[in-house]
Amino acid sequence: MTAPATTTPLADAADTPAPAKPTVWRKLFRNPAVLTGLAIVLVMVFIGLIAPLIATSDPSAINPAARNRLPMAESSMRADDGTRITVKHWMGTDTLGRDVFSRVVYGARVSIFIGVAVAAISIGVGLVVGLLAGYFRWLDSVIMRIMDGLMAIPAILLAIAVVSLSRAGLLSVIIAIVVPEVPRVVRLVRAVVLSVREEPYVEAARVSGTPTLKLLIRHVLPNTVAPLIVQGTFICASAILVEAILSFLGIGIPPEIPTWGNIMAEGRQLFRVFPHNILYPGIFLALTVLAVNMLGDGLRDTLDPKMEKRG
Amino acid sequence: MSGPILEIRNLTVGLPKGGDRANAVENVSFHVNPGEIVCVVGESGSGKSVTAHSVMGLLPKGQLKATGGEILLEGENVLTATPSRLRALRGTRMSMIFQEPMTALNPVVTCGAQIDEVLQIHTDLGAAERKEKVLAVMNSVSLPDPEKMFDAYPHQLSGGQRQRIMIAQALVLDPALLIADEPTTALDVTTQAQILKLVSEMQERRGTGVLFITHDFGVVAEIAHRVVVMQKGHVVEAGTANEVLKNPQHPYTKMLINAVPPLTPAVRDEKTGPVALETVKLCKVYGGGGFFQKKREVRAASDVDIRVRRGETLGIVGESGSGKSTVARCIARLIEPSSGGIVVDNMDIARLSERQLRPHRKHCQIVFQDPYRSLNPRRSVGASIVEGPMNFGVSADAAHAKARDLMKLVGLSPDALDRYPHQFSGGQRQRICIARALAMEPEILIADEAVSALDVSVQAQVLDLLDDVRKKFDLAVLFITHDLRVAAQICDRIAVMQNGVVVEHGKTVDVFTNPQHAYTRSLFEAAPGRNFEFARVA
Repeated sequence: MTAPATTTPLADAADTPAPAKPTVWRKLFRNPAVLTGLAIVLVMVFIGLIAPLIATSDPSAINPAARNRLPMAESSMRADDGTRITVKHWMGTDTLGRDVFSRVVYGARVSIFIGVAVAAISIGVGLVVGLLAGYFRWLDSVIMRIMDGLMAIPAILLAIAVVSLSRAGLLSVIIAIVVPEVPRVVRLVRAVVLSVREEPYVEAARVSGTPTLKLLIRHVLPNTVAPLIVQGTFICASAILVEAILSFLGIGIPPEIPTWGNIMAEGRQLFRVFPHNILYPGIFLALTVLAVNMLGDGLRDTLDPKMEKRG
Repeated sequence: MSGPILEIRNLTVGLPKGGDRANAVENVSFHVNPGEIVCVVGESGSGKSVTAHSVMGLLPKGQLKATGGEILLEGENVLTATPSRLRALRGTRMSMIFQEPMTALNPVVTCGAQIDEVLQIHTDLGAAERKEKVLAVMNSVSLPDPEKMFDAYPHQLSGGQRQRIMIAQALVLDPALLIADEPTTALDVTTQAQILKLVSEMQERRGTGVLFITHDFGVVAEIAHRVVVMQKGHVVEAGTANEVLKNPQHPYTKMLINAVPPLTPAVRDEKTGPVALETVKLCKVYGGGGFFQKKREVRAASDVDIRVRRGETLGIVGESGSGKSTVARCIARLIEPSSGGIVVDNMDIARLSERQLRPHRKHCQIVFQDPYRSLNPRRSVGASIVEGPMNFGVSADAAHAKARDLMKLVGLSPDALDRYPHQFSGGQRQRICIARALAMEPEILIADEAVSALDVSVQAQVLDLLDDVRKKFDLAVLFITHDLRVAAQICDRIAVMQNGVVVEHGKTVDVFTNPQHAYTRSLFEAAPGRNFEFARVA
């Protein structure tokens, strides 16, 4: 150690490095829930990305000759150049003869996109609004009353309203899910800000003349990151579910775009005879939501210091 | 009864791997006789609480485990006792009171019912007999109106009353051994004095053996019969209170006792520098209520007039709720005063908006009580120190160069600037906070209980540092404290506050030798160990 002569013996203690703490990343990768959840989510994302490559046929191609086939059935159809090709329907076909496997694979795209988009938008909006509500006392009661109002709107009713005002589509669904989700994020962020703003280090920064915006970004914002990551995964899971519900009810994504929700909706009439139309998209949906929730639970256990002691 | 109530022989408690030492306590031996108060003294991390918790069998499961030695409670080894036997012993033969009476009591159960629970578990008395017994014990701990207190919830009582409930709960079954783990640390001095008196009275009347854990030598001088001094898990010295306090043998004990500031104020020159800070009829009223609640007003500070000169230290002394911190926070403009003026640099800053205030932020800096929360844990200490100067346009290089100088000034290595707060001890962090405050080149430094959370030995060093920087930079220091000993050491003048009002104001020597106000006198009477001259040993 090359400490100057003025250094008291006190300073020596700081020169011995603190016992190496396992980093957050290492802890995350040791958590089985995080690993399993993450693996399944990545597989789903991958499936969505390479959907055009693995789909056995065009998900919206109608083949009246091959309606309501059972899983593993084969059918042949004429390709564009006139040759006949044989297609194997891994998950059977629906009432219009569309390949369920291809539709489910394409459906992953919509579900995951909606999950991620809703989580990102509601957290982005909620973070800004929550920071403002938590830090500026005079804005607080105004913002929070508006949020209370938003929270009272059920997603499904809102979706019906949005769809009837514009038209069914991705944007309408995202708006319908984001609006009731934002107040939850705002409340979370506000709660964190309310406790952090009283911390002496935030007050010390105020006394050093740190401008408010800098203060919020530098000292307050980082404290909200961990709870927001956790909340984000839960929002993502619930958005995927709500989208499936909306599509199932026919007020979500229009039927020409396959989503797990509307595949199930279309399989509903013949459910007793041909359960595969509902079964396979249902499995994908359940698996994805389960995986995202597991990921969220694992993240919360790792990132929330209050949970650590129970370990 | 013959023989000690409690005998600890060669107790060793292992720490989990990766701790800073192998054992939390190692080869600890001492005993408690019937009707005796044994004080275990040590700084934080000395293992005194671990020892007490081992006796009660309350070590956190899976983390700490006694690996050697024995603890004999009236001849019975509690380390090998079964959980059900331990449960039977707790409450009947030994019981414990804790530091924080609010968290140690169940907030949703009435006080009477909590004492009654002990009787329900350990005796087969009928409801009427139990109630009679509870009221009797509540009476014996001098709780006013036990009938009414029986049905009160903990939050309806004051801190001192809660601690009395805890003591009543601990003593209701007449245990042979009472363990008190820093029972007065969270209390005000006047309340502390009452509780200490109560503990020694109860112990005398019932012949209970008391194992009293504390870090405060004033408390030790007040009540101990025998003293055990612990350092880093070892007993370094043990003996009667008189022996240890008057004639300490071990260098660590000597150091601890020397670090206890004497209650007699040092003679200090009168400061004649220009006035740096003046408050005029400063008031802060907290108004509660909104649309639906009734309006409630609390006057946290009313008509406070103080004046601090350059190079002078003004102490504001008072108990919790006296408004001393409110005054400090108003002056630092962390909160807005309700009325009155704060004159800094010939400018009244009391009414300025946040934007207008910014240029004046430089003049006044504050050091907080809790060193663990005063620094942003996510930023290196260097980043924390340079933040202020850079807000005022100092270049990054210049600010860093200055930070290095300041680190040297506060006795830390400049190379430590890249480290994060968790790598420093409490005292070191407090030094860093002082460096951060000095980086702004302030004229006024507010120390809000800045040494209260530190161990005595560290406290003395930080006090020295504060006094050094005051001289060096000709600072006006506003020193907020509840500790009269500390105030005696560092303050030129003292303002005593009670319920938001300055009740006495004068030179430290005058206030200490000839207190005028009744409240000031009661504070002095309550100061633990006031009649005890601690040995000044080299």
